[in-house]
Amino acid sequence: MDIDTEAPAPSLVTQIVTPGSAITSDSAYMRGHGTFGEHGTIYSSVAGVVERINKLVSVRSLKQRYGGEIGDIVVGRITEVASKRWRVDVNSRQDGMLLLSSINLPGGIQRRKSDSDELQMRSFFAEGDLVFAEVQSYFADGALSLHTRSIQYGKLRNGTFVSVFPQLVSRSRTHFHTLPCGVDVVLGVNGYIWVSKHVPVAQVEANAEHIYSDENESISDDERESIARVANCIGLLNRLYVKITDTSIIFAFEASLPYPVKDLLSIDVATELAHNVTSRLKLQA
Amino acid sequence: MSRQELLSPEGLRVDGRRANELRRILCRASVLNTADGSAYYEQGNTKVLVAVFGPREPRARGQLQHDQAIINVEFNIAPFSTSERRKRSKGDKRLLEIASFVRQTFEGAIQRSVYARSQIDIYFHLLQHDGGTLETCINAATLALVDAGISMDDYVCACTAGFIDETPVLDLNSVEESSIETPDLTVAVLPRSGNIALLQMESKLHSTKLDSVMELAIEGCKHIHKKLDDAVLAAANDLAEKLSH
Repeated sequence: MDIDTEAPAPSLVTQIVTPGSAITSDSAYMRGHGTFGEHGTIYSSVAGVVERINKLVSVRSLKQRYGGEIGDIVVGRITEVASKRWRVDVNSRQDGMLLLSSINLPGGIQRRKSDSDELQMRSFFAEGDLVFAEVQSYFADGALSLHTRSIQYGKLRNGTFVSVFPQLVSRSRTHFHTLPCGVDVVLGVNGYIWVSKHVPVAQVEANAEHIYSDENESISDDERESIARVANCIGLLNRLYVKITDTSIIFAFEASLPYPVKDLLSIDVATELAHNVTSRLKLQA
Repeated sequence: MSRQELLSPEGLRVDGRRANELRRILCRASVLNTADGSAYYEQGNTKVLVAVFGPREPRARGQLQHDQAIINVEFNIAPFSTSERRKRSKGDKRLLEIASFVRQTFEGAIQRSVYARSQIDIYFHLLQHDGGTLETCINAATLALVDAGISMDDYVCACTAGFIDETPVLDLNSVEESSIETPDLTVAVLPRSGNIALLQMESKLHSTKLDSVMELAIEGCKHIHKKLDDAVLAAANDLAEKLSH
């Protein structure tokens, strides 16, 4: 039976390839992610863009689940409380782990971990809580190990959760932004985003005893509306595949002011605002 | 009940096709926002919607495999999919069997060792049933898995073929399938190597006729491969363009 392989191997510039298509037969190249080799030819195993770095050929799929890297800032949801650690859903292939030894204990960083801490782990993080953490390392099985050993990390409060495609959030210097409208935004590299009421850093530091409190502060109606508007703006940026950065959120927010908050959910308004944002971003670049 | 003529003397079947013609195929990838990968696939009047989730944390910790991914397939038929409203039965063995065939087919095509300790879920919803359930599900799942960015050795293309009045016929619809005189065979191939991922038949077929029927089905698979490839490229180019600005 004849196999259809008369198509020439695509030149190694950015081009979309599909699973099973040959990339090159040149033995000088090494295979990277998204490829496999058979009888001296390198084939693609995903639909995506061919990337060549020196002698390494790999295929980057356009849509992929988040795969963690050390140093990434992520937002995760606690799914289970296990012995001396928590299982955290970080939108990846496996749940991440937050070890009891990787969190700040209330009452100051110097405090030693005691046996009673182990027994009352739910008083720190319970199932369903959202946590802002950094990826510290990998476990032997590939699961991410998270830590919250800094005052800006920890339990998230006073806000609402938005889930976006991980590709739209790029790694940058800071992932915690305060927007001019008085709303804080935490952009997790894994596509999980937290939009909340602005709380000054000084106030957070002063409350070292209450970092694991489950009580929200009082949030006025205007603040709630701003939070909802920002959340809907992020939702529409996600829907139309616009990169999500503090700049693009601010542009979207400003463009959305003429509309009531719930109109931002309609596809027509969303498309119009997204075009607005992309043209402003292009002008700025 | 009058016996319907499945193949007229002029060589036309009940829906006007010739013996070696496929039904019209319409397919689109990336149709659901919440799934990692999704596809909508129509072949003639059979319509199926599929959602792929994964790789993600396995639901049952005990089933976790340390060196490869678990593939979980669930298959649902809508009650309105057949001409007579279907009574919903979750534990219907027929549905479980179809799900199991799909799982086995993709266990041979997905590079499971890349996703150790994870689970890949494939959920089907058959919206309209007009024959060729297994073939449309496999084709749709291929599209959805590629859309989700899951590493595979190749596409998996499936097609049915049968035998009416001494003539091999391609792509049976439900009238032809339900006729007791028509054997029907489902083949799924990996086009690049020509390897067979699935071969299924429940009816009786004389061994001398097997070759011609299989050859016809594999020809059909090649055509389907082209359609799936076009749909994947269309979705990928669309996404690349949106992400580039």
